[in-house]
Amino acid sequence: MSNRLINWFKFASPQSFYPLAGRMIPWFWALAAVFGIAGLWISFFVAPTDAVQGEGYRIIFIHVPSSWMSMFIYLVMAAWAALGLALNTRLSGMMAQALAPTGALMAFISLWTGAFWGKPMWGTWWVWDARLTSELILFFLYIGFIALQAAIDDPRRADKAGAILALVGVVNVPIIYFSVKWWNTLHQGASVSIAKSPSMAQTMLWGMLIMALAFWMYSIAVALMRVRAIILERETHTEWVKELSEVKQ
Amino acid sequence: MKPRHKRTAIIAGGLAAIGIAAAFVLNALDSNIALYVTPSEVAAGKAPQGKAFRIGGMVKDGSLKRDSLTVHFIITDTAKDIPVAYTGILPDLFKEGKGAVVQGRLDAAGVFAATEVLAKHDENYMPPEAQHAVDQAQKAQKTLKP
Repeated sequence: MSNRLINWFKFASPQSFYPLAGRMIPWFWALAAVFGIAGLWISFFVAPTDAVQGEGYRIIFIHVPSSWMSMFIYLVMAAWAALGLALNTRLSGMMAQALAPTGALMAFISLWTGAFWGKPMWGTWWVWDARLTSELILFFLYIGFIALQAAIDDPRRADKAGAILALVGVVNVPIIYFSVKWWNTLHQGASVSIAKSPSMAQTMLWGMLIMALAFWMYSIAVALMRVRAIILERETHTEWVKELSEVKQ
Repeated sequence: MKPRHKRTAIIAGGLAAIGIAAAFVLNALDSNIALYVTPSEVAAGKAPQGKAFRIGGMVKDGSLKRDSLTVHFIITDTAKDIPVAYTGILPDLFKEGKGAVVQGRLDAAGVFAATEVLAKHDENYMPPEAQHAVDQAQKAQKTLKP
């Protein structure tokens, strides 16, 4: 094996990843706080009122980042699941397990804020259109993943079962993303996409992107904290965990 | 072939199979997933007969009339028009020239009796000054055209 590969695989072991994650967490929390404060300040005080929706549009500063995160976290979770199945690494399953609750939270925030916006703007809390329904399915997939993992006692088997569920569900993510293009939906099309220049005012866009960064940093920080807890729980019996200063006390 | 290569191939194959299956299912469900039909599709007889359905389109400019509690307006996709009657509260974003989705039934006279009216918002977000500038530009363009 080449030198490059050895360095990379070093952090695939829970023992060496645990302290690395511990060192990274404060940085991600700090970044989350900085972006969060900047993003909220722009969202509430700098961004102009929308011509059609008035002040109610400001929900996008939470709604859009959480929707993006809910989809992206699922992709990352599925990637860890695939890695775990293919390479049989223990850390992969732990990462997937650590990401799921945050993903579920993001999907929930997305649905909840969407309903709040929908009532005054559309005239309804909920409608069974393709975008809303597929996002609800994503939320159920997260819940299903968490439940399935929790239902199996042997962690390695739980990881495998969860990984298969995560991989089967990944087909839903492009459906969510493209639903507004493929079918007639009440939900509007994407304001920001790779294919065209964004159809929103500059300051609004900046507010939204900075809020998205804040959500990213928060998600990474929380997932790392959770994965550390999972590592400790699963490796309690090992020597290195017993040697840890925080465990000894 | 190493075991991990084999497992990777199985995962890739499985994902491809699920993807293809999903594509077929969605293709078969196509018209059922759509939330609404367009006025042109109604005119072509594609609307469900004898049950409630939704029509989506633009509220035609100048077509909104209030008759005590009932509002009358025309929903259009620029090709075909459908008159709509609705009794109830309209959402904030409901406006002439903007998108709307109405749910209800067609009566014998060809009027769509709506039980629910939803406003459809587009993907454009801009401050009032920018909207004003856009409106002015469009007005200028209209007067320039012969």
